[in-house]
Formats: sequence, C-alpha cells, structure tokens
Amino acid sequence: MTARSEFLQWLGWFLLVAAFVFCWRIMTQDTIWAFVHDAPRQGGDILARALPPRLDYLGQLWIPLWDTINMASLGTLAGTAIAVPVAFLAARNTTPSILVLRPIALFLIVASRSINSLIWALLLVSILGPGMLAGIIAIALRSIGFIGKLLYEAIEEIDEKQVEAVVSTGASRLQVIDYAIVPQVLPSFLGTTVFRWDINIRESAILGLVGAGGLGLKLQSSLNMLAWPQVTAIFLVILGTVFVSEWISAAVRKAIV
Amino acid sequence: MLRIVGLTKTYRTGDKALKGVDLEIPAGQVVGLIGPSGAGKSSLIRCINRLIEPSNGKVFLGDLEVTGLSRSELRLARRRIGMIFQEYALVERLTVMENVLSGRLGYVPFWRSFLRRYPADAVENAFALLERVGLSAHADKRADALSGGQRQRVGIARALEQGPELLLIDEPTASLDPKTSRQIMRLIVEICRERGLPAIINIHDVVLAQSFVERIIGLRAGEVVFDGPPEALDTAALTRIYGEEDWDAVRREAESDFEEEHAVPSASQRTEERMAGAV
Repeated sequence: MTARSEFLQWLGWFLLVAAFVFCWRIMTQDTIWAFVHDAPRQGGDILARALPPRLDYLGQLWIPLWDTINMASLGTLAGTAIAVPVAFLAARNTTPSILVLRPIALFLIVASRSINSLIWALLLVSILGPGMLAGIIAIALRSIGFIGKLLYEAIEEIDEKQVEAVVSTGASRLQVIDYAIVPQVLPSFLGTTVFRWDINIRESAILGLVGAGGLGLKLQSSLNMLAWPQVTAIFLVILGTVFVSEWISAAVRKAIV
Repeated sequence: MLRIVGLTKTYRTGDKALKGVDLEIPAGQVVGLIGPSGAGKSSLIRCINRLIEPSNGKVFLGDLEVTGLSRSELRLARRRIGMIFQEYALVERLTVMENVLSGRLGYVPFWRSFLRRYPADAVENAFALLERVGLSAHADKRADALSGGQRQRVGIARALEQGPELLLIDEPTASLDPKTSRQIMRLIVEICRERGLPAIINIHDVVLAQSFVERIIGLRAGEVVFDGPPEALDTAALTRIYGEEDWDAVRREAESDFEEEHAVPSASQRTEERMAGAV
C-alpha cells in the first residue's frame, strides 16, 4: 500500500467521523438530556400503570370494534368500486384515450396514494363533522390509489396474445375486457383487495383519534384520562382483530392462486 | 375467395415488413406460407383481418373490401375469419368450453356473453366441434390443464365456432413435438377439406408444409418469391426463399425421420433393426 492511498483512506475515515459528529449535534440540539436520562424510569412507570389490562372494560369495546370493522369494510368496498374503472382508464392497453383520460386517472391514483388515511380523516372530520361517515370516506379515498395502482399495473402486464385471439373473433371492447382481460387479472385483483381490507382494519382502528369513530375514539378518551389499563385493553382488542384479519386475508389469497 | 392487392406494411420504426404483396386464394384451397423469420409471414396474415393495420393496398374477402371498413363493420367481417395461433392463445383461466364459445362473441350481445348464456345452437355446435377434435371429455377443464396438442385443438375448435369462411393459421405447430405437429396439421387439413374452407398456414417447417398443403407461397423480405405446388419446391426455389444451404441434405434427413416414425412402431423393433444393420 502506498503512502498516498493510505493517506486517502485515513482522510475518508476522518471525514466520516466528522460528518457523524456534526449530524449528531444538529439532531440533539433540541433534546433535553434530563428527560432522556429519566426515560427508562418513565417507561417503566407507564408500563407498571398499564398492567394488568382492565378486562372488564372490554365490554364497552365490542360496539366500537364493530364500527371499526364496518368502517374498514365499507370503505374498502367503496374504494374498490371507484378504483376498478379508474384502473382500466389508467392502463395503457385499455384506456380509451392516452392523451386525456389516462393522465387524469393516473393523477387520481397518485393524489389518493400521496395522502395518508389519517390526514384524509382529519380533513373530512372538519368538513363532515365527526363520525363514521368521515372514516368510511377517508378509508375509501386512500384505497382508490392502492387498489387502482396495483390493478392497472396488473392490466398492463397481461398476455396480449390472449387479447389478440379474442379480438380476432369479432368481439366488442367490453367483451374483450370480460373474456381476455378480467380472467387474467382476477387473481391479483382479489389478492390486492383483500390485502387492502386487511390494512384498512388496522388503519380504521386509529382513525377515531381524529374523531372518525370506532376504537380510536375510545383510545383517545382513555389516553386523555390517563387510564392506562384501558389503553392496554384496547391494544389487546386491536391486536386480536388484526390477527384475525391477517389470517382471513392469507386464507383468501391462498384459495385464489 | 381471398384477394390481396399491392399490400404493404411499413412499421413506425421504418421496417418494411411487406412490399406490395399480390395474392389470390380460391375457395377451399389450403396454402402454406413459408419463409425465413422476419420475412413478413406473421404481418401478412394479421393484415388480412387488420389485427395489424396495412399501410397500403387492399384485401378483399369475397366481394367485401376489408381494408375499407369502419371499426364496427370490421368486427362483423372478423367473425367470418377464424384465426389459430402459435402458442394457442387460449384464455388460460377459462374452461375449454368457454374458450370454444368465445368464438361466438361477435354474434351475441354483451349481456349474453357476460352471463355465459349462449344460444342453444351455439352450445350444441361447440360440443360437436369438441367431439370433432377429440376433446369432448375435457369440456369443463380449465384450458391451462391441457397439454400443448390438446390446447391447439381447442384453438381450432374456437376458430371453427365462428363459422368462418377463411382460416388464418399462424405457426400452428411451432410449440409442439414432431408427432403432435403432424397430427395437428392433418386435423387442420382434414377439417378444411370437410368444410371446403380456404386457409393460409404460416409455417417454418418446409417438409411439414410440403406433405400437407396443396400450394406453397414463399415469402422473403416482404415479397412473394415462390408460388406453386409443393412438388415444384426444389433446391433452386428454397435457395430463392431462404438463401444458400445444403437443401438436399436437409430433405434427406427429414425423409428418414419421417420413415422411421412411420415404419418402426416399437422400441424393441428399432433395436433389432439397428443390430441387423450392424451385422
């Protein structure tokens, strides 16, 4: 190894360490070290207060849980109903107009995807007032982008030979979609939709934090009252629900492959 | 029956796939279209039903000028032209029956095809066709559960379900083994005879073409360079179509393959013969 390359290597390490120190300073300049020092004790304190969970509180959670599941399911349903036509307009091989409709459809998909459902809910609660309706619409709006994107990508990846064969029989545009395209994208579409429903169950459980109904509403009021054993009980319910929805979505995806 | 006049196709990339092709195919004639890859065989048959838009020239189906039709008129014309594809192009996730019935799509309204409620005579015809191609036992299987040869039979039944006046057949045997290839070619030719159907078969296996069709058209770089009976396809003609190669050797090899396939049915006999030859 020459002296020159040794020096360069040393310089490289030096700059790396210098950059680390510099970044660390910026990262921590607002940190109050007394609080960080205190953190393990505070964490332990909350954990001690949160345990054991208040199990008799579960009785008050079944109705909010039912609301949460309905919010997720209806939102997924509405989102899917809009996402399907949008996906066919966005896919290069099925859109009736590449110059006008395709960009509009793509914009809808990107707009929906770029905003988290919690933010959608925040906006909708201030427009529609608190309640389940805002939650359902928030879930639906976010689902359009997710399902629309994955579906239009699946449509663009189909085997064109099958389409060519159906076109050559003299089939109309709708018949071509029904016979040559839908059978090819159906498994991926069902998989995507069930997966989104599974995500939506998780998301709708926290939408109540901003007033959109369901379990999140209970979570918020328990947090405000510092009722930690109740918070733990809610977490348990969310965990159980997500576990079940995960299991359902895995079973459905296995069934359609 | 089919008349092509001055057909040219220039792709957007500037590739000239067809340079003024003139052809006439009388009713009931089965034509083999041969030529090297990229000669324009596939473009030619796709220009006939306008899966590819021709750049210039005319295509007449009987008295109808296909090249002058509007979108909706074209759909009606396509019903009269059955097409069979290289890799079968079946809708893999639909059943055999649905695939055959899809040949009827141009005749039924959307709601009927969507609900799979085809008129009784269409369904009857589909069963008869599956019987004809030897697949009646497989009607309810999914298309992707069949073997290559069986899938191509479904492809044939789908094309016939259209009640076509002309068959366009694109490399029907390219994905099949030699024995199945011969069976499929035999089936296609038999069916065309039975129904007096004219057909254009794109095929790159010269020997296979020669043994089944009554007329051969050789295409090279978008131009017709040979048009005649299979017997007339001699070394000079093959050189004109494909360029220099030891054509006599190719033909001898293919002939011995053919004889072996037909003369020696069992493996034990084959060994005996080989041993006899050694003695």
